[in-house]
Amino acid sequence: MKPVLELKNVKVSFDTLDGNVAAVKGANIIVRAGETIAIVGESGSGKSQLMMGAMGLLAANGKAEGKALFGDQNLIGMSKVQLNSIRGSKITMIFQEPMTSLDPLYTIGNQLIEPIKRHSHLDHTAARMRALEMLEFVKIKEPERRLRSYPHEMSGGQRQRVMIAMALANNPELLIADEPTTALDVTVQAEILELMASLQKKMGMAMIFITHDLGIVKRIANRVYVMRKGEVVEEGDTKTVFAKPKHEYTKALLDAEPSGRKSPTSPKAPIVLSGSNVRVTFNIGGGFLGSPVIQLKAVDGVSLVLKQGQTIGIVGESGSGKSTLARALLRLLPSQGAINFEGQSITGLDKTQMRPLRKQAQIVFQDPFGSLSPRMTVGQIITEGLIVHEPAMTKAARDLRAIQALEEVQIDPALRNRYPHEFSGGQRQRIAIARAIILKPKLIVLDEPTSALDRQVQKQIVDLLRDLQKANDLSYLFISHDLAVVRAMADYVIVMKDGAMVEQGSVDDIMDHPREQYTRNLMAAAFSN
Amino acid sequence: MLRYVFRRLLTAIPTLFLIITISFFLMHIAPGGPFNMERGIPPEIKANIERVFHLDEPVWMQYFRYLGNLAHGDLGPSYILINFSVAELFAQSLPVSIRIGSWAMLLSLVVGSAMGVLAALRHNKFIDFFIVTLATGGSTLPTFVTAPLIQLIFGLTLHWIWIGGWHDGELSAAIGPIVTLALPQLATVARLMRGSMIEALNGHHIRTARAMGLSDFSVVVKHAMRGALLPIVSYAGPAAAGLVTGSIIVETIFQIPGVGRAFIDGALNRDYTLVMGTVILIAIFTILFNFLSDLLYALVDPRVRYD
Repeated sequence: MKPVLELKNVKVSFDTLDGNVAAVKGANIIVRAGETIAIVGESGSGKSQLMMGAMGLLAANGKAEGKALFGDQNLIGMSKVQLNSIRGSKITMIFQEPMTSLDPLYTIGNQLIEPIKRHSHLDHTAARMRALEMLEFVKIKEPERRLRSYPHEMSGGQRQRVMIAMALANNPELLIADEPTTALDVTVQAEILELMASLQKKMGMAMIFITHDLGIVKRIANRVYVMRKGEVVEEGDTKTVFAKPKHEYTKALLDAEPSGRKSPTSPKAPIVLSGSNVRVTFNIGGGFLGSPVIQLKAVDGVSLVLKQGQTIGIVGESGSGKSTLARALLRLLPSQGAINFEGQSITGLDKTQMRPLRKQAQIVFQDPFGSLSPRMTVGQIITEGLIVHEPAMTKAARDLRAIQALEEVQIDPALRNRYPHEFSGGQRQRIAIARAIILKPKLIVLDEPTSALDRQVQKQIVDLLRDLQKANDLSYLFISHDLAVVRAMADYVIVMKDGAMVEQGSVDDIMDHPREQYTRNLMAAAFSN
Repeated sequence: MLRYVFRRLLTAIPTLFLIITISFFLMHIAPGGPFNMERGIPPEIKANIERVFHLDEPVWMQYFRYLGNLAHGDLGPSYILINFSVAELFAQSLPVSIRIGSWAMLLSLVVGSAMGVLAALRHNKFIDFFIVTLATGGSTLPTFVTAPLIQLIFGLTLHWIWIGGWHDGELSAAIGPIVTLALPQLATVARLMRGSMIEALNGHHIRTARAMGLSDFSVVVKHAMRGALLPIVSYAGPAAAGLVTGSIIVETIFQIPGVGRAFIDGALNRDYTLVMGTVILIAIFTILFNFLSDLLYALVDPRVRYD
């Protein structure tokens, strides 16, 4: 097969305040007609910048060198006019951010028709027909109406379909997909992947799939390139690479799936937290002469019982109400229904009455970058709770507790006078965990604590959380959309959809014998490889 | 949409009422009155005049009398320019201020936006630094410095423009105040536009447009500029209200008979009705232009819908 695109010793560098930074240090990649290749690597490996460099889409301070051969033309160094006749017609791209990749100010129709008219000789009516045809092609319902819709009126999955329609409208020879499903819910992810695979079969274009997700690679790619720190460390047939990885890094990546199980808790363990028929409603609209108030049921009658040492996984897609439920259980949001903590009803407690209980119930958030104050040292961050809850404690005693907590999360205590930006994402999440356990709580709510982390780091955090739980007899409410992590963490699982509980049961029952169709879809999407 | 317009107009009433009330009492707290002239007039004549204008009544009574007249659309007579009503004074001065103000606004929007876009497209290059320097200078130099400079250079030295007076609105008389008024606005618009344009050009949808091989013109004008205009739209409303109701400094330096001049004369002479009239005028224009800029915003950005 003849190559569609051949990258020869492509280097990408950026001019920064710290001098010239090399993002890609000479990569060689070939894509042949009709095949799908994957470029995998963790964030910062240079996999996206490599393709951006080849396509002339680098930021203003970026520079690409080497050869990106499309036929006998080198895309790198090509004039803008020439490049613009290839981009969008022969080589097209779709991106990770479906929410922002479309222009919010123009209708879908306007945005679809513009590149069609630019690259073909179709007049407006014909281009509109083509756009309509493409929307049907990517299975958008009511395409005629959707042409007149604005991006904000569509979901993330629908917007990604529109992006695909736009990218394929001019029958490209090559489609470059940069993490096209990462920002989507698992079930939507599966649909988009399926759609892309079927479209490729129909239209016969070659595909480059940039991803960090090995599951996707296994499912979709013929060949794979593994990138690390700007270099291709391994390449080959997908099956061979998965079965017999040669490079250490590839082995580590493959091994990074969260594994192991939580050891079961005794059935006689006391109950830490229980909620019955918890409901949370938000009012939308209203105000002076405003539109009538709409009540939105974010959580609709969910009940659960959490025992000491137990982990309940709450799973569901974005908007299913899982975080809202957890916040309501901690009384961080007003709710209806009965909530008991440590045998005491906390339903009617006000802010002051809740305060002593706050020490017992801690929360760790998803975003390790946003949830630590950038102007406080790590030591100050993790001891702040002690100042509130144990005001009598001396500074020296607090410092001692900080050292213990940091040791527990395996961060060198000597680093406690540094600021959060000096730590990596995984280390910051450890610091956030230290901030929670320093108060010796009974319960920790973990709200997607591993979702913003690379797979390898994720696995370490999962191991750490399990160890901490065993050592301190902690109870976890573990919120996640990532079923592989939930399987490794939880005893019991609650599946939520649109604010309601769809199904609940032990982790094995739910994962291996889901009863509800929705749960089955979730499992199929997550574990199909 | 209609409901929104109706609601906005309705909420304007209490706002205006509050502004009128506060200004009225503040003005009466200030020492002196319209007829406390230096060349003291005989006390009995002064008392006579004050009785005619009801200034001998308690302030609260004057307040309700004023509100009553206002409800009939009567802004009252000027206390100083005895033969004129406030409405008549506005009929003369407002067109002058509106004319200068709208030209200044137009000039600053067109030239400022163009400079901002140019700077953003050449981000961190020479032309960008040049424009940023100009814009910073423009917004730091006060008009009471730029106005005399313009008079000195283009009036006294080059004899291109009148250095003062209205001269029936002839271009060579209007251009000085227009440019002086426009300069700081232009600088602000340029800086705003540069910032929002740089942000827009880094947007994901711009990357999409480039990846689809769209022309530079479409990428810049259609996809980046429209979104980048949104902050300008928000800014232009209140700014325009300020410009068309006249600038005290510029109208004084250039001897332009606009609302700003009327206001400063009224305030210095305690011409109560004239000051109140000007306050109401400025308030109405401010409310109106803010409203228009909100409507325009929704027109540019389909995500904003009023109901």
